[in-house]
Amino acid sequence: MTYALEISALAKTYKGGFQALKGIDLTVEKGDFFALLGPNGAGKSTTIGVITSLVNKTAGQVKVFGYDIDTDLEKAKSFIGLVPQEFNFSQFEPLMHILVNQAGYYGVPKPLAIERAEKYLKQLELWDKRDEPARALSGGMKRRLMIARALMHEPQMLILDEPTAGVDIELRRSMWGFLRELNKQGITIILTTHYLEEAEMLCRNIAIIDGGEIVEDTSMKKLLAQLDVETFVFDIKVAATVAELEQFVEQSQEITYRVIDDHTLEIDLNKSQNLNQVFAQLNVANIEVQSMRNKSNRLEALFVSLINKKSSATKNKSQSATVGAN
Amino acid sequence: MNNSIALKSILTKEIQRFMRIWVQTLVPPAITISLYFVIFGSLIGSRIGEMGGFDYMSFIVPGLIMMSVITNSYSNVASSFFSAKWQRNVEEMLVAPVPNWVIVAGYVGGGMCRGILVGLIVTLVSLLFVDIQLHNIWVIIATVVLTSATFALGGLINAIFAGSFDDISIIPTFILTPLTYLGGVFYSISLLPDFWQGVSQANPIVYMVNAFRYGFLGISDVSLVTAFAVIIFFIVTLFTIAMTLISKGIGLRS
Repeated sequence: MTYALEISALAKTYKGGFQALKGIDLTVEKGDFFALLGPNGAGKSTTIGVITSLVNKTAGQVKVFGYDIDTDLEKAKSFIGLVPQEFNFSQFEPLMHILVNQAGYYGVPKPLAIERAEKYLKQLELWDKRDEPARALSGGMKRRLMIARALMHEPQMLILDEPTAGVDIELRRSMWGFLRELNKQGITIILTTHYLEEAEMLCRNIAIIDGGEIVEDTSMKKLLAQLDVETFVFDIKVAATVAELEQFVEQSQEITYRVIDDHTLEIDLNKSQNLNQVFAQLNVANIEVQSMRNKSNRLEALFVSLINKKSSATKNKSQSATVGAN
Repeated sequence: MNNSIALKSILTKEIQRFMRIWVQTLVPPAITISLYFVIFGSLIGSRIGEMGGFDYMSFIVPGLIMMSVITNSYSNVASSFFSAKWQRNVEEMLVAPVPNWVIVAGYVGGGMCRGILVGLIVTLVSLLFVDIQLHNIWVIIATVVLTSATFALGGLINAIFAGSFDDISIIPTFILTPLTYLGGVFYSISLLPDFWQGVSQANPIVYMVNAFRYGFLGISDVSLVTAFAVIIFFIVTLFTIAMTLISKGIGLRS
């Protein structure tokens, strides 16, 4: 089977000796919407840099739609559209020039490039700015310009490195819609983001990278199923006194409640419990609930626990190495 | 992959860049050359008399045009490529399936276009001060094309290594300008003592200026064959260096 992306034993050590990637393996199927997550400095951008040939790898193999970047680099590049983390266009060039020239680098003839530039600038609501220099755009517009630029050669795989960083909620949601639509058309999308809600909402598969190693590589569904406990926040409609609420908490069995203030209760719910039990207990105590929400994003809770597990494992390893050395 | 479209795109971008800032790129050489003509041609030149059998003004015209071509083809590529590195828009080309030779050819072509265009402007300005004669138009064209290619390649290599804007002004200030002024623009090297004539022969600009002057006036301190051999040697060497640097990703890929 040919994958959109196949990475094996990929390692990168920078000049100063910093080992950014320690031999990672990763596959992304064609048509997937894939999240590559990790804390700052985990190796996400280095991985993307190697795939797009902006970073020279130290070891390992990368194949894009079956083409090895060592032997068929130009062919491999033609499948990829990149939306980098930082703005990397000339601030002085008008939008139309940026887009048409970019298409030209991929061999797209000028009349077709102009047609596509119009299509994407209109879709991304930048058409009115087409003759303005890029520096005149707002941050959100610059992000959209980079998406338009990445699409000019109609790539089969789109790699987005933090595409919604610093973008307001409304615009972020419209960008999600746009990306979903592209994915529906068959474009494989690889996304890195710090907004875990974004990854949870958009992506079907996920890999988490930390310290240059893949610590999780699974489907979003399976990953979320690992979550043992979810915390809900209940807003109480009629204010009870804190003492009354505490009395309720003490008397309650099976479910763990915490009193936050006279209007708020927090409830930890594990997989064997359900919300009906909670509402039954609250009904008996005459506590009326105004609204309810998840305390944290589900993926966020898992992400934090996976990263913590990794760092404590590293700590233990280094401690035992120190003991061994003694 | 159609490399000619990619090449045309880089070339178009380069030409659009220097045309967009024409006040900074095309006007200053015209002003500088006018000053040279007023000072060295009219004021001082009239006291110098003849040089190589021609009045001083006619003698220095080819050298002054060549000086503008050299400076502009070099600085165009040096500043444009470094600015593309600095703003990171060089990545637009690096992520695309553009062969390295197309990147080199595109930037060098852009530098040559500016060098040759400035050369034309300076020639037109010269006509206000002196009657220009043509001895061999093909030698003029060949010299200006090859010289602009040489220095555009030099500017590219400079920009690849440059880490700051200072780094793209060091070579023009400390190497290019002295070599140009000592390259026989203002004097015939046959006037120098033997030792300094020998030293001058190590200066590649001497060959370019003399070949160019031959095209206008039919006189040269060096043989035409040697001059073209030297220029072609420099082009081949600099092209090989530029290709190697870009292929290895020096200053471009981490």
